[in-house]
Parts: sequence; C-alpha cells; structure tokens
Amino acid sequence: MIPAAFDYHRPKSMDEVIALLGEHGDDARVMAGGHSLIPMMKLRMAEVPHLIDLQDIENLAEITIEEGHISLGAMVTQHDLITHSKLALRAPILREAALQIADPQVRYMGTIGGNLANGDPGNDMPGVMQCLGARINLIGPDGARSVAARDYYEAAYMTDREDDEVLVSVDFQAPSGGYAYEKQKRKIGDYATAAAAVMITKSEGKIASASVAMTNLSDVPVWSEEAGAALVGTACDGAALEAAVAAMLGDIDPSEDNRGPVAFKRHVAGVILKRAITRAWGRA
Amino acid sequence: MNDMTPDREERSANLKGMGCSRKRVEDARFTQGKGNYVDDIKLPDMLHGDFVRSPYAHARVVSVNKEAALALPGVVAVLTAEDLAPLNLHWMPTLAGDKQMVLADGKVLFQGQEVAFVVASDRYVAADAVELVEVEYEELPVITDPFEALKSDVVLREDLEGQTEGAHGPRKHHNHIFTWEQGDEAGTNQVLDNAEVVAEETMYYHRTHPCPLETCGSVASMDKVNGKLTLWGTFQAPHVVRTVASLLSGIEEHNIRVVSPDIGGGFGNKVGVYPGYVCSIVASIVTGKPVKWVEDRMENLMSTAFARDYHMTGKISATKDGKITGLHCHVTADHGGFDACADPTKFPAGFMNICTGSYDIPVAYLAVDGVYTNKAPGGVSYRCSFRVTEAVYFIERMIEVLAIELDMDAAELRRINFIKKEQFPYTAALGWEYDSGDYHTAWDKALETVEYDALRKEQAERVEAFKRGETRKLMGVGLSFFTEIVGAGPVKNCDILGMGMFDSCEIRIHPTGSAIARLGTISQGQGHATTFAQILASEIGISADSITIEEGDTDTAPYGLGTYGSRSTPVAGAATAMAGRKIRAKAQMIAAYLLEVHDDDVEFDIDRFVVKGAPERFKTMKEIAYAAYNQAIPGIEPGLEAVSYYDPPNMTYPFGAYVCVMDIDVDTGVPEIRRFYALDDCGTRINPMIIEGQVHGGLTEALAVALGQEIAYDDLGNVKTGTLMDFFLPTAWEVPNYETDYTVTPSPHHPIGAKGVGESPHVGGVPCFSNAVQDAFRAFGLRHTNMPHDHWRIWQTANGLGLHD
Ligand SMILES: Cc1cc2nc3c(=O)[nH]c(=O)nc-3n(C[C@H](O)[C@H](O)[C@H](O)COP(=O)(O)OP(=O)(O)OC[C@H]3O[C@@H](n4cnc5c(N)ncnc54)[C@H](O)[C@@H]3O)c2cc1C
Repeated sequence: MIPAAFDYHRPKSMDEVIALLGEHGDDARVMAGGHSLIPMMKLRMAEVPHLIDLQDIENLAEITIEEGHISLGAMVTQHDLITHSKLALRAPILREAALQIADPQVRYMGTIGGNLANGDPGNDMPGVMQCLGARINLIGPDGARSVAARDYYEAAYMTDREDDEVLVSVDFQAPSGGYAYEKQKRKIGDYATAAAAVMITKSEGKIASASVAMTNLSDVPVWSEEAGAALVGTACDGAALEAAVAAMLGDIDPSEDNRGPVAFKRHVAGVILKRAITRAWGRA
Repeated sequence: MNDMTPDREERSANLKGMGCSRKRVEDARFTQGKGNYVDDIKLPDMLHGDFVRSPYAHARVVSVNKEAALALPGVVAVLTAEDLAPLNLHWMPTLAGDKQMVLADGKVLFQGQEVAFVVASDRYVAADAVELVEVEYEELPVITDPFEALKSDVVLREDLEGQTEGAHGPRKHHNHIFTWEQGDEAGTNQVLDNAEVVAEETMYYHRTHPCPLETCGSVASMDKVNGKLTLWGTFQAPHVVRTVASLLSGIEEHNIRVVSPDIGGGFGNKVGVYPGYVCSIVASIVTGKPVKWVEDRMENLMSTAFARDYHMTGKISATKDGKITGLHCHVTADHGGFDACADPTKFPAGFMNICTGSYDIPVAYLAVDGVYTNKAPGGVSYRCSFRVTEAVYFIERMIEVLAIELDMDAAELRRINFIKKEQFPYTAALGWEYDSGDYHTAWDKALETVEYDALRKEQAERVEAFKRGETRKLMGVGLSFFTEIVGAGPVKNCDILGMGMFDSCEIRIHPTGSAIARLGTISQGQGHATTFAQILASEIGISADSITIEEGDTDTAPYGLGTYGSRSTPVAGAATAMAGRKIRAKAQMIAAYLLEVHDDDVEFDIDRFVVKGAPERFKTMKEIAYAAYNQAIPGIEPGLEAVSYYDPPNMTYPFGAYVCVMDIDVDTGVPEIRRFYALDDCGTRINPMIIEGQVHGGLTEALAVALGQEIAYDDLGNVKTGTLMDFFLPTAWEVPNYETDYTVTPSPHHPIGAKGVGESPHVGGVPCFSNAVQDAFRAFGLRHTNMPHDHWRIWQTANGLGLHD
C-alpha cells in the first residue's frame, strides 16, 4: 500500500491550478480531502505523477445561503455539512446524508467537491445533489460553466468534467418540504448496499412534488424522474409507494458484489426507497 | 491466621494480588504512543524487503526477470527460489509436518504467494522495484473446493507426487493430506442405526482470518563480526522461532537471539513461520545489513495464516425424550496449498475431538480429512485453542438441529444432557479428561438472568404478529454452552516441532525486596505484565507494583512455547506460581533463621513469615530478601531466585453460558443485537477487569465471524475480501453492550485453580450469535444455514422460506 512516486504541488490560486493541469495533462490530478484519491494511489489503481493539492486556494470552502439559494464551495468538508447550523436548517437532507458517510475522521477531510467529482457510484452526495436538482460549477482554461447534477454522471469514474477543469462549487434552490436520506450499509465505513434520497412537498394532503435519487445501484447515481412522478397527486398510500418503487426499479441496474446478489439489491432498494418516502412524507 | 483484621486487610490490599481489578500497567505506554512494535525498530543502515506476489492462484512460474528492478537506484538485491536453493532455504518445514515454499519454486499454489523478495535501501524504493520484476506465468487449472480437489486429476503438490504416506498417515489421493480418526466408529454407527431419533446436518464453517491491528513483520540483523543473528518479529512463540531458525540456517542456537517486542494483537496469526521472516534473515546474511520486512494489510489478509474452512457433517442420535446417545462427525478440512496448520504435532485437526462439547455422550466418532486447494495456507487457532471454535460451533449447531428434530426447547435439551457436576473429572467419548465443571449452575444462572421463559413467550408473540402482518421483524434467542480445552499441554502428548509444550518462569528477588520475573510466553495485548505480577504478589508477598514482568527476549527469558490457545495462564501462570513457591520455601528457611525458630514454626501471612502463635514476631518479605543477600546463613546459598518449568498434568476446561437476543429485519436482512449475556467460568479469577476486557474482545471477534467476516474466493482463486472495506472488522458502532457474569469452578490440577479466558468468549460467542440468527427463523421451518450471516445471506434465508412473498 505504497503509492508510486509523485510530485506534490500546492498552488495558491485557481489560475495556477489550471496552468498546472494544462502543463501536465493526464499526468496531473487535483486533490481535495484525499480520502478517495490517496487510497486509490496506495493501491496503485490511480497513478498521479503530479498531485495538485487544493487546500490553499482561497474562497473554495464557503457556504453561502442567500435569498433561498445555497452554494457550497468544493472544499467544504462533510464535517462542515454536519455542523453548519444554518445549512442544517435550510437543507437538512445534507446533514442527514453526510452523517451516513464513513466516520468522523473521513468526514473531517472528505469534501463535497471531491465526493461529487470522484464519480464512484458509491459516493452519497451525487444522489443527494441530483435529488435537489443542483448545478455543478466548473472552471477550466476556457472559463466557467455549469452542468446539472442530473446530467453530470456518465459512467463509473466518468463525468462531464474535462481533465483540465476543476469543480469549484455546487448550488441549488434551498429545498422545502420533507426530506430523507436512507442508506443500508454493512458497517461503519462502508458504501451503500442501497441508498435513497427523497424530497417531497405537500399541498392539501397530497404530494405536490417529489424527487427521488438512488445511490450505488448502477454505475452512476440514478435520478428516477418516474418514481417521483408516481408519487405526485397521491396521499402517499401503499399503491403510490408500490408505483414509485416499480418505477425506480425500472431505472436502476445494480451489479453483484460482496454486498450481495442483484436480486437482493433490487429488493433492498425497494424497501429503502419506501422507508425514505415514508419518512420524507412524515416530515413534509 | 484467617481473621481479616484491618491491618491484615490493608496489607493484603497493598499487595494487589489475585482477585483485584488492578489497572493494566501496560496501558500508560500504549495509550501514549510509547509502544515499541516491530515496525518501530530502526537500525543503522537498515534495508527494506518487499514481496513480488503471484496474481494467480495456480500457475507455473516460467521465468523471473530481475534486471529492471536491479537497475532501479537503491535496489540491493532481488531474491528468488534459485537464490535460496543453495542454502536449502527455498522451502521450509511447517508446524504441521508439511513443507512450504519460501519463494515460488517452479509454480505458485495460491494468489498472493511469495515469488521474489526485493531488498532496497528504502521502503518506497522496494515497493517500486516490486512492480519492475517481470514474472512470466503459465496459468494452471484452479481448484478452490476441497471436494473437487479430491476428485480432480490436477496435481496441486507436484513435489509430493507418488508419496502415499504423509506426516499423519496414508494419503488417499494426490490432493489429500491426511485422515485423522478418533473414537469408536463401529460403536457409534451401531448406536445411530438403532436410535429412536437421529438428526443430521451438513455445515460449512467458512474461511476467515485473524486480523490483528499490527500485521506480521520482522527485522533480521546478522552481525558478521561476532556471528550473531538478532531477529525481532511478530512472534507468538519466540523460543520456537529461535530453534527453527537455528535448524534451518545452521547457525548455532546460542548465536541467535529472537525478540518479540510489543505485539499489536496475535489471535493465532503470529504463531506460524512465514516466508517474510526467512527472507529477512537470508537477506541480512547476504547483505550483511539489517533487513526489515513488514507486510501490509492486503498481504496480511491474503497470505498469512487463515482460520477455519471446515466442511462438517454431523449425525446425532437421541432417545425420544432427548437423551443423547451418540455423535458422528466428519470434516473435510481445506488447508490451502500447504499444510501450515499450527497445531500440536500429534493433532492434525487440533482438538476438534472436543466436539462432544459439554454433553454426556456415551459414544462418538470423528474423522477429519485434510485437503490441498489453491488457497492460502494456514489453519491457525483464531482466538481459540486448536480448532475448538469449529468443534463448539459444530456441537452447538447439532444440539439446535436435534432440538428441532425432537420439537423440544433447545435450553432444556442442553440441560438434560450436560455432564453433571459429580461426574468430573469426566472422560469424554473422544478421550479428553475434563478437569472440573458445574454446567447446570451456570446454565440456570444465565437463563434466570435473561428471563428465558419470558423471552420465549415474547418470541412466540412476535411470530404471531409477523404472521398477522403487524411487524416485519423476527426475534431470535441464541443459546450456547461451551466447554473449551486450553492450556496445551502435557508434554506426553503435546509438542510443537518436537518441543514439549511446557512453560516456564524465572524469578529474581532483588535485595531491596522488589523483583523481576521472566516467562516463556509473550503478551499480545492480554495484559501479562499485570496479571502475572498479581499471581506472584499473592504467592511471595511482594506487591505487584514492585514486580517487573518480562517476556519475549530469548536471551533472557527461560524457554517456553509462547502464547496462543489460552495457554499462558494455565501453563506459564502455573510455572509462575510454582517458582513463587520455591522462593517462598527458601524465604521460610531464612525467616526461621532470622527469628531463631525451627522452619516449621513459622508460617506465611500475606507479606511476611510469622512465628506460629506469636504474630508479633515476624519478618517481612522485604526483610527476608535483604537478608538473603547480606547475611551468611548456614546451610543456605545466598540470593533469592527460582525457576520453574511446568509440565501441566492435564488441559484446563473453561466453560460458559451465553445468550443473545436479536431482532432481524426480514426485508433487509439486517440483524440488530438487543442483548448479549455472557457467563464465563474460567476457574480462579486473577484480575476481573482484565477478564471482562478479554470477554468483550473475544465476543466482538465472534460477532465479526458470525455476522460477516470471511476470506472469500472466486472460482479463479482470487481473494474477494482483500481489504477492510470488505473484510468485516467491527467498530464500536456495530458492537452491542455486553453483560458479563461468572461462576467460579477452579481447576483441581492447576496450582492456583485458573483455567484461561482470553479465547472462551470467541469460542462460545460464534455459535451464540449464529444460533440467534437461525433461531429467529425456526418457527418458519429453518433447520440450518451457514455463516457468515451478513445482510444478503440473512435476506436469502428469509427469501428461501417464502417470507417475502
Ligand atoms: C473508509 C472510507 C469510507 C468511505 N465511505 C464513504 C461513503 O459511505 N460515502 C461516500 O460518499 N464517501 C465515502 N468515502 C469517501 C469520502 O467521502 C471521500 O472523502 C470522498 O469520496 C472524496 O472527497 P475528497 O475530498 O476526499 O476527494 P479526493 O479524494 O481528494 O478526490 C477524489 C477525486 O475527485 C477529484 N477531485 C477532488 N476535488 C476536485 C475538484 N474540486 N475538482 C475536480 N476534481 C476534484 C480528485 O482528483 C479525485 O479524482 C469513504 C472514504 C473512506 C476512506
């Protein structure tokens, strides 16, 4: 578990980062909290001759909440998501999800940007951001651009981000209504066997809007538009839950691993989703 | 002298002897990062070794090209089997009478097998150089299933081809290692054939791995000037390592010093001899510099000794009212590519023949077939005495299956079959003589404490509620009653590589009345420095705080067989007490001389000798110690020292009664442990706090094994559980609050009546957790399902019973 040799860069500005990425191309990668990247380097599954540490870049770890709009800088840690009291009030699903990631040690280091950029289907924040309808903001040699989280993920470890771009922030409308992030895992420090992010708004005793995203049940996070649609207009009764689960099952494509065979994962995905919906509905 | 006056009470408390929860003296060091582990050892000019390992489970090694690696600056050497062959060190003997490749000799037999050893000036360079060694393999058919191995034409061990006789008798097939038979086959079959009720079951006790926080490693330093080899390493038996190193290397034993520094957990993983140790020694001899080898976590999980991997088939017979009449057990034991089991020589399946458990079973038969496969070698006792977890799991599952067959309560079935108190010492059908026990008292206490009847009532109500669709959670009540067999062992039948399994203690009392004692064992976290001082304090009347306990340096410690199989207290603890008694005997003579009375006219009283009938006339041990060094006493040699080598007359047999209450989510397969009650009887209790800590640790490893910890392979022999992401090591989060309890039934043959406890909770815990899971489904027709009970397997059980329909 010893990584191959690498050069360590610690630039002070985003311009320098972009320049280093331009200079070293494929051989360079940025590092945020390092809690996905360093293990991969130690296993020699990732070779990174030039490691660019983002720690010293200014203004990359800000949480802003303005006029119902929330923006999280890439270097905001998972620990920050848990302890920021205003954020916990305005977007409590983030806290609920972050608390289910790994353990405190990992959360002190791991960042929202790294979690979103990594592209591991096991990461929890991509599903949460898809559920929230967030936009991911990138900067590159040609300037800034923004992509919907729901369009960002292409395949395992493949995202819309170009190699010379940096993820700078993620932003979304402060959600309203009920929320839940439900995750089944084997133990502390494990990725999800199945997890579901659900947001629900309620009007006159019925579901007015619903958003559903699933984690680690495909090679990308899965926002299930139809699962959400199946709930809208219902009073969250049993039939609505079954319809949402059926829709979701049409969208996921889990594969077998040590967490279990496909049939089990599909079954658990349904159970987890029902629980998430029920909890979100109870809070709506 | 039995009246506890305030004065005597205070003197007794000051001793911190047996029975008190003395704080662990080791902890100040460990909690402040002042431990000294193998990887902390840094010597001038030290080189670092790292292995090139096989990615294949079975392949021919066509060629090894070292050129690119040797060209990397900092690389000193790359060793292969060819380099070791002239020294005859390319193979090494195993503890089980087999031999194992140190470095691949023509072929590899498991994924992760050592192929070449790179030596470099720097740990990082060594790792880079490993990548540069080019090995050409030719893949061979892989066999990961022992039943298939026994049918296959593929010869795994070509080196043994044509050998029909192994270390433990005839080999039936080229992939067969041994058959070990115990008990009365004809008699057992006759009873089974004529029994009123017979329950049969096949179970697989999966392969797992002891996973100490510190992995294995060594530092070898060959001093070519004085011809001495010093070897620091993660050794649970340093003296045995010295003897083996001498036999292998030809270096005379007095020129080898083996040191086990602090060890960060062993659990059996550090009993065996590994290629890394041998390679560090050879590399040091070749380079003339110290060489360190420390494996990483993945190497530890995939290549150093595994545990379990027993396929067991049982038949148990009984009368209609539940009296057991006979037991038949067959095991197919998967030993991997080499038979490197760490058992006493005459016991190729360890003490599996304790599988009649805590029950009075008139006749029994056991046969174990050892088999080679393309998996890592090992077969160590992971937090248990030799194969005792397998034996106890087997019998505790058979009891449950029999209870189902008889439609009887499993607690009651146990009760009517327990060996009775008055039957001890009890000779079991498979030969062991149980020293002492009072099973009924322990069982009744356990069941009463957990309110067993109320639990069963609640469980029945839950089943009804489940059937009515009111809940999706089932409740399991897991029971286990275990008898361990520890303290190996009597030299007449227990040895390791020919060394009798005695143990030793040497005590020196200093003139000012403090002491040092050295033992042949080695703590890996058990707290020997604390507890052995307590034994001595009570025996010789010197405060435990004034006694240093030292272990692990073969240049200073007396020869002993090390620490595993809960043998330290039963064997070295006995040696400590016996050596202490020698000190006391001499002290008595000195006291009598100083008090000017006859030897028989003084008696020992806590920390002194007093004149019988005149307690105001006494000499404290402190005074006696001083006198031993500063006075010429007629007929008595100066000094106050003693040594004892203790050959135990028998094993000790700790036992316990465990109950686990579990709620299981049928839809997700997630088990939740509501309650865990553990009653342990380890005989005399030396330090209750340490016992409790040991019980917590053992139960936690039991939880791990029962609920998810495994070394799994795919069909190509790839290890699927090679990191701690997939290999389950529980944290505080997964672990319930344990309730501990005890009874005390001293061992009649042990000088202080102590039996050993470090492993009992693991032995008893695994079946208890497993039985809880299985019991939850009993009402729905489950007889048996294999561990590990991780979420998906529990889900699959529920699914198979139609509980998701
Ligand atoms: C034991 C353990 C358990 C874990 N369990 C979970 C879990 O259950 N759920 C979960 O979601 N995560 C889990 N993680 C991962 C953890 O949350 C990581 O911290 C996170 O995935 C990555 O964040 P990071 O800041 O550490 O990123 P890094 O490791 O630094 O980077 C990860 C990847 O993202 C890229 N990257 C990082 N920041 C940027 C950026 N600003 N712009 C462009 N690319 C960037 C890097 O180049 C790299 O490829 C676990 C980690 C460990 C060690």
